[in-house]
Amino acid sequence: MFLETILLAFRAIRRNTLRSTLTALGIIIGVAAVTALVTIGNGTTQSVVSGVSRLGSNLLSVRPGEPGGAPGSARSTARPFNAADAAAIADQIGGVKAVAPIASAKVTSVVGNENWETSVAGTLNTYFEAGQWTLASGRLFTEGELHAGNPVCVIGETVRRHLFGKSDPIGQALRLQRIPCTVIGLLASKGAGAFGMDQDDIVIIPLRAFQRRIAGNIDVDFINVAARADTATAKVKRDIENLLRERRRIGTGQRDDFSVFDMTEISSTLSNITTVLTGLLSAVAAVSLLVGGIGIMNIMLVSVTERTREIGIRLAVGALRRQVLAQFLVEAVVLSLFGGLIGVAIGLSLAAAMAGWLNVPFVFEPTVVVGSFMFSGLVGVLFGYFPARRAANLNPIDALRHE
Amino acid sequence: MPSTGPVLIKLQDLARSYGQGSATVNALRGVSLDIAEGEFVAIMGPSGSGKSTCMNIMGCLDTPTGGHFYFRGLDVGALSNDQRALLRRHYIGFVFQGYNLLPRTSAIENVELPLIYRQMGARERRSLALNAMRQVGLAGWENHAPNELSGGQQQRVAIARAIVTAPALLLADEPTGNLDTARSLEIMNLLIRLNRSEGITIVMVTHEPDMAAFARRIVRFKDGEIETDQLNSKAA
Ligand SMILES: Nc1ncnc2c1ncn2[C@@H]1O[C@H](COP(=O)(O)OP(=O)(O)OP(=O)(O)O)[C@@H](O)[C@H]1O
Ligand SMILES: [Mg+2]
Repeated sequence: MFLETILLAFRAIRRNTLRSTLTALGIIIGVAAVTALVTIGNGTTQSVVSGVSRLGSNLLSVRPGEPGGAPGSARSTARPFNAADAAAIADQIGGVKAVAPIASAKVTSVVGNENWETSVAGTLNTYFEAGQWTLASGRLFTEGELHAGNPVCVIGETVRRHLFGKSDPIGQALRLQRIPCTVIGLLASKGAGAFGMDQDDIVIIPLRAFQRRIAGNIDVDFINVAARADTATAKVKRDIENLLRERRRIGTGQRDDFSVFDMTEISSTLSNITTVLTGLLSAVAAVSLLVGGIGIMNIMLVSVTERTREIGIRLAVGALRRQVLAQFLVEAVVLSLFGGLIGVAIGLSLAAAMAGWLNVPFVFEPTVVVGSFMFSGLVGVLFGYFPARRAANLNPIDALRHE
Repeated sequence: MPSTGPVLIKLQDLARSYGQGSATVNALRGVSLDIAEGEFVAIMGPSGSGKSTCMNIMGCLDTPTGGHFYFRGLDVGALSNDQRALLRRHYIGFVFQGYNLLPRTSAIENVELPLIYRQMGARERRSLALNAMRQVGLAGWENHAPNELSGGQQQRVAIARAIVTAPALLLADEPTGNLDTARSLEIMNLLIRLNRSEGITIVMVTHEPDMAAFARRIVRFKDGEIETDQLNSKAA
């Protein structure tokens, strides 16, 4: 009998191709939209969170310019720092693990026929510690190299790929503008940062080498400070602000001409933003689910006259109420399952394609998929089954006369 | 009343009204009628006289608003929906005035429909359905959907669906209403054969005296009541 019911349901589905297709389509659209949007939303959140954490945890960044600007915004006209500022922070402020003065510029680097526009940073070995960089091969700078400002460099993975291809870069020569420079180390790849920028696209040289040979001054553009894990970054931030205000002779009541960014703060702000974004995406997804549901509802309601007559005919030839209902239920469930599966498949492929395109990880969230699947199924069953139940309660002759 | 066997159907003061208040239509107002097993009864009467209403009640498709309807001594009014469905499934074949075929469903599948609910295997179902289609002269039309068939052909599919189960009682509401004389005669011969050789009790509504002449008993309705109930001496 069960098998017979399933056969009946399948026959009915096949017979009413258009209605079945439209019903399934409603489910497909709803489920696909939710699956794709939520997957992408989660991927973006994860990408931002992990991108920020890759910048280095407990990291503070000191930059010239009034507070309120964003990190990485156009360099202000405010007085630059110098190496002594960094040294003062390292010496006088507690809870600090590593302080890295950084001077940087966009420079064309050349090896043989290959050239590659990259950012060059002049700094100290503390830079690697503060940014939690590790070496893939080679070594860091020696004290002698840092002191003398020797033309040696540590390069990122992206630079290696573009300039050296398959050959081992260690010990090879690289030209930064006119300046020849020996590669002594290769950094392990970190991947994309929080803003989608490539953190591996970098060449690092001793600060003195940068100041003397590239910048031609003794300026430091910004200072990265890593606080110790057991220290509150807010306090370190306050201490740095006080120290620099003193060193730069900024009186009380005057505005700072520098700012200290707390990456932990930025990280939580960013993840708040992405949470809001994910919420928005989910709302959009919920709307499409609703639209799909309304589509199903419409089709079911439009076909209710015909279906009521069908029920009348079946009852008239001796079908029991529950046999008719079982058929309609199986029909609705089969369509919902079928539509749901296709919807999930389409949604996941869309999400995978978009993840590749947006360069965010593909984060599979089973609860959402199952949830949207169940919602659509519920709509299908609700609007397929309940009108049928009403019709099956009628006298067969009334069902047959239904208009 | 003439009877050839035990009573199959007993209508006792049967009434059926539609609507309420001043809009009430009394389609049946106290109909009493006994039909014995093996009878062939024609019901005649002007349009709107309550023939279809009475047939629907006899087919357990509708419930009366007054009086009683007994099927083989069973008070149908006291049965549940499912029990009436089982009566229809096992004892009754019904030809609707308006055919009532499943749309987009081949003729043969329409004819097979009652057998599905009798839990019959696919092969047996198919052969019985083919046989019924042949009996109504529709061999070769098995795979046509109702909308690809003429009115008369649809009517014959409806007849085939009603006789495929070899029911104890065949209720036919104007089964030849859409057929030409030659086809009508064929169908009448089929009904007589089913009545004589298989002992199927037949109640048939018709407007045509020529068709009513085949029945052994003619009941005339007027305004929801039985006007006359006569034996037909001319019956073949
Ligand atoms: N569902 C209904 N609702 C309201 N009135 C109805 C309904 N069905 C039938 N009637 C009324 O009941 C009366 C009897 O109708 P019925 O269909 O039994 O007539 P009939 O004798 O079969 O006529 P015909 O020869 O035209 O088929 C008519 O006056 C009709 O208007
Ligand atoms: Mg009628």
